[in-house]
Amino acid sequence: MANNNNGDVKLIGAWPSPFVMRPRIAFNIKSVEYEFLEEQFGSKSDLLLKSNPVHKKIPVLLHNDKPICESNIIVEYIDEVWSAGPSILPSDAHDRAVARFWAAYVDEKWFPNVRGALNASSEEAKNAAVGQLKEGMALLEGAYEEINKGKDFFGGEKIGFIDISFGSMLAWLRALQVMLGGVKLLDEEKTPGLCKWAAKFSADPAVKDVLPETDKIIEFAKLLVAKNKSAAASS
Amino acid sequence: MGEVEEVKLLMTGLSPFAGRIIWALKLKGVEFESVEEDLTNKSDLLLQSNPVRQKIPVLIHNGKPVSESLVIMEYIDEVWNQTCPLLPADPHQRALTRFWAKFVDEKAFASMWSALQMRGKEGGEAALEEAHENLRILEKELEGKQFFGGESIGLVDVTFGSFAKLLDVLDEVMGSDKKMIDEDKFPLMGKWKEQLSELAVVKSCLPPVDKLAAAVQARRNESAAA
Repeated sequence: MANNNNGDVKLIGAWPSPFVMRPRIAFNIKSVEYEFLEEQFGSKSDLLLKSNPVHKKIPVLLHNDKPICESNIIVEYIDEVWSAGPSILPSDAHDRAVARFWAAYVDEKWFPNVRGALNASSEEAKNAAVGQLKEGMALLEGAYEEINKGKDFFGGEKIGFIDISFGSMLAWLRALQVMLGGVKLLDEEKTPGLCKWAAKFSADPAVKDVLPETDKIIEFAKLLVAKNKSAAASS
Repeated sequence: MGEVEEVKLLMTGLSPFAGRIIWALKLKGVEFESVEEDLTNKSDLLLQSNPVRQKIPVLIHNGKPVSESLVIMEYIDEVWNQTCPLLPADPHQRALTRFWAKFVDEKAFASMWSALQMRGKEGGEAALEEAHENLRILEKELEGKQFFGGESIGLVDVTFGSFAKLLDVLDEVMGSDKKMIDEDKFPLMGKWKEQLSELAVVKSCLPPVDKLAAAVQARRNESAAA
């Protein structure tokens, strides 16, 4: 895809990955076209292994053949390079620190429990993970109310860094709710703000073609869990 | 200049995460007040300033708290942007810097810490091998450079440096026959550590040997009593 002023822009990724969704949403916000190089489930391409030898993980952005790795780092890069488009990080230094704090929280504290709940081998382990997720939702609800300045998004009137970091998790969050027999993570009573936010975020033009349908994620999740189980059994 | 800035750092003397922030603030010539926390009895100030994770370090700048050491360092770099940049100007170089800082924390630090704690225990060998693998990756990053930041100290140097210095002292105090960051295995890292030691900021931030020795002894007593 020719982007005369943007250079050669390729993104190595896969549609189910919430981490891959982040740069895709960022590119949409900036109206930057990119070539999406999709990895096959269960194998890693030579290009991926060459571009991210340290972690061998998606997403990887290749901008004029220079690789950039780690989803939140890629989003910051996109924001800095395509600075003419709508900003993703806030302009105030303290607000930026708050945004980075919550993005780190989602990845380091919240998301591991999604994995934990999905791959749990016992009811106990599953319930523990769900408990942690619910606690996290309460904290994020509080953060949303504090940070949104009365507007729709963490970023205010438009989608920002925290919206992308956490919003990219929504398809998996919804899938988890179904797969765990109707567990409520987005709860009208306990997290009313996040419920409204989730609807607005999912419907946003920059997001709606990137966030997969819940059913597709459920189907994929079953494949993934089966793969993880057989990997664990054979190790 | 001329504005009254109030900069407080909630920290502990032993934390390498707090150590980084001290290095960053000193590199930038920022005056600050260190507030030592007792993590077994966290202060109201800490709990109010970092209610979500309740951890140090926390930087409080004119009353506004910032938490998470990597986040704090970027904040410091943005606010006090006239001296000693921790991040380069070029976006691609910035992305690489952030990548390596994250690697130091998530892979290198975590694996070295595990290896230290599992020394002499079951699984200790495997933990050490993992730590060494991560050190090899960092060693490669130093090729052709004085510092991770290039010709001058940058974010990755500060992120890793404070921990590396602490490790050396820990090795000494524990009487380890082999250092974790072994200069024979990792010669570039050995040179890097020497170069760091020459810097005024590092000289003024020596890890508290006595406190470390006391902490190590206390742990030994605990395990002996168990």
